[in-house]
Amino acid sequence: VDSGEWDVLIAHFLGVDHCGHKHGPDHPEMTKKLTQMNEMLRSLVDHLGNDTLLLVAGDHGMTETGDHGGDSENEVNAALFVYSKTALFGAGPPEEPEAVPQVNLVPTVALLLGVPIPYSNIGEVMAELFSGDGDAVSAALQQLSVYHINAKQVHRFLHSYSLVAQDLPAEQLQRLQELFSSAVEEHSRLLAQVQGVTLVPPELESRLGSLIGRFQLYLREARAVCTQSWARFHPLRMVGGCTLIAASCLLCYVASELAAASDSFYRSCLLYPLLWGSAVAVLLGLARVFTQEGLDLLLVSSWAAAASQLGFFWHWWGRHPKRARLAGSQPPLASVGLRQRLRAWLGLAFPMGILLFRCGAMFSDSFVVAEARVAPFLLASLVMLLVGKLHWDGRLTVPEGPKQQLLGFSSYRREIWYLLCLVAMLLVCVRLSGFFHQCREEIPQCRPSLFLSPLASLRNTRAKNLFYLLCVALLAGLVYAVRSWLRHYGNLNSSDPLVLFVRWGFPLVVLCIACYWAVASSADDSLGKLQELVQVAVVAFPWAVYGLASVGLLLLLCNPMTVFAKDTRESAGSIVTPYLGVPSSEVDFLHVIPQIYKRMQESQKSRLEGGSCKATVAAYGLGSVYSAALVIALTLLGFLLMLLHSERLSLAFLLLFLEAFMLLHIHTRARDLAGDAEPFSVPWYAVISWLLAASQFFYSTGHQPIFPAIHWNAAFVGFHLDHSTNLLPAVLVGANTFASHILFAVGCPLLLLWPFVCEMPSSQKRKSKKEPREELQEVEEHMMEMRLRESPEKFSTALLQLGLKYLFVLGTQLLACVCAAMILRRHLMVWKVFAPKFLFESLGFVVSSICLLLGISLVMRVDCAVTSWFSQLQLR
Amino acid sequence: MKEAEIRRLLAANLLCVFSVILTAVVPAFFWDGFTVLGTHLAWLCVCSVCVSTLNVILHLVLKPNLSPKRSSFAQKISRFLKCCIYFFMSCILFHAIIVLYGAPLIESVTETFLFAVLLSTFTTLQCLCVLGPNIQAWIRVFSKNGAMSIWESSLQITTMCSILGAWFGAFPIPLDWDRPWQVWPISCSLGATFGYVAGLIIAPLWIHWNRKQLTYKSR
Repeated sequence: VDSGEWDVLIAHFLGVDHCGHKHGPDHPEMTKKLTQMNEMLRSLVDHLGNDTLLLVAGDHGMTETGDHGGDSENEVNAALFVYSKTALFGAGPPEEPEAVPQVNLVPTVALLLGVPIPYSNIGEVMAELFSGDGDAVSAALQQLSVYHINAKQVHRFLHSYSLVAQDLPAEQLQRLQELFSSAVEEHSRLLAQVQGVTLVPPELESRLGSLIGRFQLYLREARAVCTQSWARFHPLRMVGGCTLIAASCLLCYVASELAAASDSFYRSCLLYPLLWGSAVAVLLGLARVFTQEGLDLLLVSSWAAAASQLGFFWHWWGRHPKRARLAGSQPPLASVGLRQRLRAWLGLAFPMGILLFRCGAMFSDSFVVAEARVAPFLLASLVMLLVGKLHWDGRLTVPEGPKQQLLGFSSYRREIWYLLCLVAMLLVCVRLSGFFHQCREEIPQCRPSLFLSPLASLRNTRAKNLFYLLCVALLAGLVYAVRSWLRHYGNLNSSDPLVLFVRWGFPLVVLCIACYWAVASSADDSLGKLQELVQVAVVAFPWAVYGLASVGLLLLLCNPMTVFAKDTRESAGSIVTPYLGVPSSEVDFLHVIPQIYKRMQESQKSRLEGGSCKATVAAYGLGSVYSAALVIALTLLGFLLMLLHSERLSLAFLLLFLEAFMLLHIHTRARDLAGDAEPFSVPWYAVISWLLAASQFFYSTGHQPIFPAIHWNAAFVGFHLDHSTNLLPAVLVGANTFASHILFAVGCPLLLLWPFVCEMPSSQKRKSKKEPREELQEVEEHMMEMRLRESPEKFSTALLQLGLKYLFVLGTQLLACVCAAMILRRHLMVWKVFAPKFLFESLGFVVSSICLLLGISLVMRVDCAVTSWFSQLQLR
Repeated sequence: MKEAEIRRLLAANLLCVFSVILTAVVPAFFWDGFTVLGTHLAWLCVCSVCVSTLNVILHLVLKPNLSPKRSSFAQKISRFLKCCIYFFMSCILFHAIIVLYGAPLIESVTETFLFAVLLSTFTTLQCLCVLGPNIQAWIRVFSKNGAMSIWESSLQITTMCSILGAWFGAFPIPLDWDRPWQVWPISCSLGATFGYVAGLIIAPLWIHWNRKQLTYKSR
């Protein structure tokens, strides 16, 4: 202060706030702290010059417990202390000082410093500080001029704001406009009269006073209008929304439990409630038409949702007593059921416990900030717990023979090593994905991962080239892996357009992406002549990828069959199905596993009755036709999303695919080992781990649930700095932000399909060990995913159940997030942590749900295609 | 017979608890400035060494696993060497698992490794004492209905409690309380210690209450 080399000095004293949080306002410590502050101010006042203004303001008050952030009187009121050596108030300070809104500090300090008032200010200047040291008239004139400036600024802001947003009511804006223009008119008239010196002081004074009053009125009303439409909490609506989400979660859970129970369930529990809901929506809409009231769409849809949920629970409750009666008629069964239910609950406890921890973590700002580490930790714990539980249940050990029982020893099955390797690989993937994290500003010592910056920002040419080659090689590796997976399951044999696309289109996509990366990463040091070419290429290559990927997805939708059928009915005599039941002959078909659908065979047999030779249709890749379609779709989506991210994040995407693969395999193995009877239901731990991986890779693709961390440059991949609409960039940035949500949600049906795909080798091994005689029969029945077609209603039930489980887990996370934002709306960190987290989580929920539906509908599309394929075969 | 056995177990476990408490208190008398939080690494070493010595001594005195035949000196030496190798391997394994769970890879390697040693002391060393270097027996003990004596039941409980404690110990690390015990690996090692102590106390009580249900298969 003494040096005098300053225009404005800002000091922030955190001690009072800390002390309030810790002890509350009435604690002796607080008295001590406030005394200290007083001492500080006293010593500061001693050092002030005559032309200095001292403003001491608290930014908030506190409740009885020392908290703040809410809107109670105690919290929003704070002291304002204004001090100056020269007198500020002409006739002594007022007895009962008025309350000054905090926003008034901004225009006051700005004008006192002689800088323009900030654009978006809606505060009002504090007139007393502009009275100067002249007589009353000159003081009033000066105040009038500052009010005029202030009013003009507020008017300008309101005008441009109302052009962009429509939330301020029009009639009030109109009124404000009239107030402003009349005041300005009066102002200019008065100024002209003052310059002409036609007014005597008393009259002038009164007119000045009234004009100031009009400006004040304008400013205050403008602020009131803004406050009314901006700063609102609707506790009732909040509670209603939370209840709605909670009820939806419950509905998902109940429905997923019920889905397996019976088939009349669909109509009574799902269709009728939908009708109820739409009826309520229509009624509300009619009410709106008749009463001419402004009923908002949000309210209508939430009432409709509530009505349909009520309908669901009503129907469910109606069915409930029936079941209870049924159970009551068989008492011994009931007691067994109880015990089984208890055991099932215990089995549920561990994945649900992990989910509970995950949801609990949403309620603490530190855990939300550290969620990038929480999700992988919980994922690792879940998988380890799964292995531990399998061990505890003795599923990993060989069933004890009499000899071993004697010794008290047990040894592991051979498969355990495979499972352990998978788990280790998964953990390594989880750990490695931590190297791609973005930072939040709450953790100052954090350094963002160097993989997040685009290659163009690298100085070192050698490192740049190396990374570029690595990324391209990984991309090629991904294509190779997908193709070899498809080839292994025989989905790469036919000459359908889709298969041709997988064979030739995938490498082409990779080529385009590689070219785009090359051009984009070396854009700045290119030669002048090539500049135009480069600019064309930067746009053209992404468009080529978009085009190719959409062509691929269209092909997938049109004809998702990747099956190669070999009809031997005509020349049946020559090839008497050498591959039937003889595993070794698989080699003849280049690792292609022939899939024979038995029913086909039988129908053919009946048709060609009398023929001694067996006539068959061999279909290659029929057993994995569903997963093949999903894998192709996922790969295409992966290409698109990788294009939207910076080059080196393709490593993270590769990890994502690898981790998903590991999770699927672990799930399959664990299921095999646990020996669950129900092959059509996906256990909870699989769904929860799948979702944990999704949220883990949200962070590992360089995202954080805060606005500064959004990758805005994704909007300009394939566009050269111009967008005609807002929709396209929104889609691009959204796809970039929720990349992992999209991939995992689309891939969700794989959780159901994978165990069927992997069925072949395991059951073969087991059977060949034990019952060599039955082997032939068993091998014939390796139908993989065709098992799903054998019981179509079970298949659709399983898909529904999987979707409901996925939605339940997603919804529970969302519910926790919403509740956190609602309960902690007075928390210090609400706008910094909880509200952005809530926004990202709800958007992610919407994206995930849509993609889940898309994934499931893709599976159903494949199902339709398979049905028509069979009917065609039968006709032939 | 069983009651006496449980009483012996209780005494042994209480001794272990006592030793853990002593490691936190006694060194401060000899070494100025020793605190569990301040000189955490030293405490980790002291605690590991004390608990392992006590365990070995208890094992020698109480002999919970009665080996059916006398073994020669050379066999004893080979058993001892095997135990040392197993212990070392478990330290490495724990270290790897802890790093995979998110511990820093390069910085604070010493802390992580000492934490792994502590965890091994609480888990592997117990197994080595009770079961010997016999992996198949370990596999048996850590499955449902696998315990064959109260010592093995106690082993199950203490091991699980230690690991659970270490797991829960990771929870406070991200909180913004700025406490000295939130630094890696203090909260985890404290959690493991508390878990171990809790397991030691719970084990005899649990066995006592469930002694009717617990029927051990005889060998």
